Amino acid sequence: MNKSRKKNRQIYVFMAPALAVMLVFFMLPVAMAIFYSFTNLALTGSKASNLEVIGFANYIKIFKDPAVKDAIVKTLVFTVACVAGQNVLGFAVAYFMQDTKTVFRRIIGPVLLAAWVMPEVVSAICTYSVFTDKGTLNVIIQALGFGKISWLYKYPMLSIILGNIWRGTAYSMMVYQAALDNVPGEVKEASRIDGAGRLQAIGYVELPIIKNTIMTNAMLTTLMTLGSFGFIWIITGGGPGNATTTLPVLMYLKAFKNYDLGYGTAISMVLLLISAVFGIIYTRQSEGD
Amino acid sequence: MEKRKEKRLAYMMLCLVALVFLIPLCWVILASLDANANIAAKVPAFTLNNYKEVLTSSSTYSSMKNGLLLSLGTAALTVVLAGLMAYPLSRYEMKHKRIFMLSMLFMTCLPITTIMVPVYRLFVMVKLYDNIWGVVLFLTASNLPYAIWMMKNFMDSVPVSLEEAAWIDGASRLKALFRVVFPLMFAGVSSVGIYVFSGCWGNFQVPFILFITAEKMPASVTLYRFFGNHNISYGSLAAFSLVYAMPSILLYVISQRYMSKGFSMEGGTK
Repeated sequence: MNKSRKKNRQIYVFMAPALAVMLVFFMLPVAMAIFYSFTNLALTGSKASNLEVIGFANYIKIFKDPAVKDAIVKTLVFTVACVAGQNVLGFAVAYFMQDTKTVFRRIIGPVLLAAWVMPEVVSAICTYSVFTDKGTLNVIIQALGFGKISWLYKYPMLSIILGNIWRGTAYSMMVYQAALDNVPGEVKEASRIDGAGRLQAIGYVELPIIKNTIMTNAMLTTLMTLGSFGFIWIITGGGPGNATTTLPVLMYLKAFKNYDLGYGTAISMVLLLISAVFGIIYTRQSEGD
Repeated sequence: MEKRKEKRLAYMMLCLVALVFLIPLCWVILASLDANANIAAKVPAFTLNNYKEVLTSSSTYSSMKNGLLLSLGTAALTVVLAGLMAYPLSRYEMKHKRIFMLSMLFMTCLPITTIMVPVYRLFVMVKLYDNIWGVVLFLTASNLPYAIWMMKNFMDSVPVSLEEAAWIDGASRLKALFRVVFPLMFAGVSSVGIYVFSGCWGNFQVPFILFITAEKMPASVTLYRFFGNHNISYGSLAAFSLVYAMPSILLYVISQRYMSKGFSMEGGTK
């Protein structure tokens, strides 16, 4: 009895500091935000003095706002395109790498990894240097004898998507390399000898075996892309107009440019909710592994 | 015959991808060495002046120092707190351990973006806004779920028998943790530390939102502000980018070396 009480006290001593930091700096702001999102409270402003619970009014307001609807669509387009691009390209690269010599992999690997290892701001500036009017892509196009294109004005969404695929592919590539390494060699060999074509072998042998990895990685890359703010903000600032204003960018603009913290909080709750859904799927999958 | 063709296809496809992936990198490398750089990649008029300019500027120095303080502070605090927390999770029977570990995993994957506005509000309210230690504490909180998850797994692989030997020699649990368990999971502890450090070093959004004073900004935000200037020297921008990226690259290479040595805890018990 006494001993177990002492053990309990020890557990608390070990756990208290980390729990305290997480409670105060992670869960408290979330709890506050959830509560505030049901009130009329704006941090700065005249309403601040008389707090009133107004139910779902904030949420109804933001879902009626065409700017929010637009941002949700842009977030979806950006996320789906980036996740698909990173996963397909990452898998393809990992798959083809298996057939190559070690020396070749040692040279190609770092080139692909560089974009992922570099800090976000640097990779954003590099992407900008490719797509801006006087940037590298237009120099190449003009050298080939074509007219230049204002990528960041005409195709801003495409530009940030390609930039983000460039930045994120290496991560998926590493995940798929590890997964493919675990597919037994005999299984691969057998499928080839049986006369299955390359594509059929991939579709019927490799992909089903690494199915779990694909699902987990898709969830993780989705979550990483959903929260993408800096990369977009640095390259386009959400523009031109609102062409690349995804939810995180809109949240920033509302909260810190329009000084409407209540509105920004409500948007961030929507983002949190969407992320939580993907997070739960991811957690359940990982638990199953 | 068929196989040969497939191999050639693999090489061709990978070379093409690598070539495309090189384009954005070309600019930052070439421009940093170019006396009259612009925003497109081109053959440089070779000079090291861009680096000289960046490395001798006092704002570079102070922004690097701020970034270092922020990242090092967060990494150290995270490792210690996560290590303490992981200990009972690894060594004791606890009722809700599984739920707790799953919620850590869940928190790990939530994007920080989703809580930035609420955190900003909290920081203004409790007067931690624009305060480096406030930012360190927040970054620690956001890194803890991942770190706890990893540290618990590393700790599970350290045999309890070694610790018991230390207790018999009269060491307290805490002392045994720091003197016996932590050193044995050195590879694990340092890989978590490096991961957290690199994450903070590269983080743009958190300091961008939680700092207002230019003198307190870490290199990530300083680089962004530099980039936003209207008449910038692209040569120095590229040089600053690479100087700032260097720690991330070096730490990645170092962590790969550690990883390849493996996490095996053999050799501890004999």
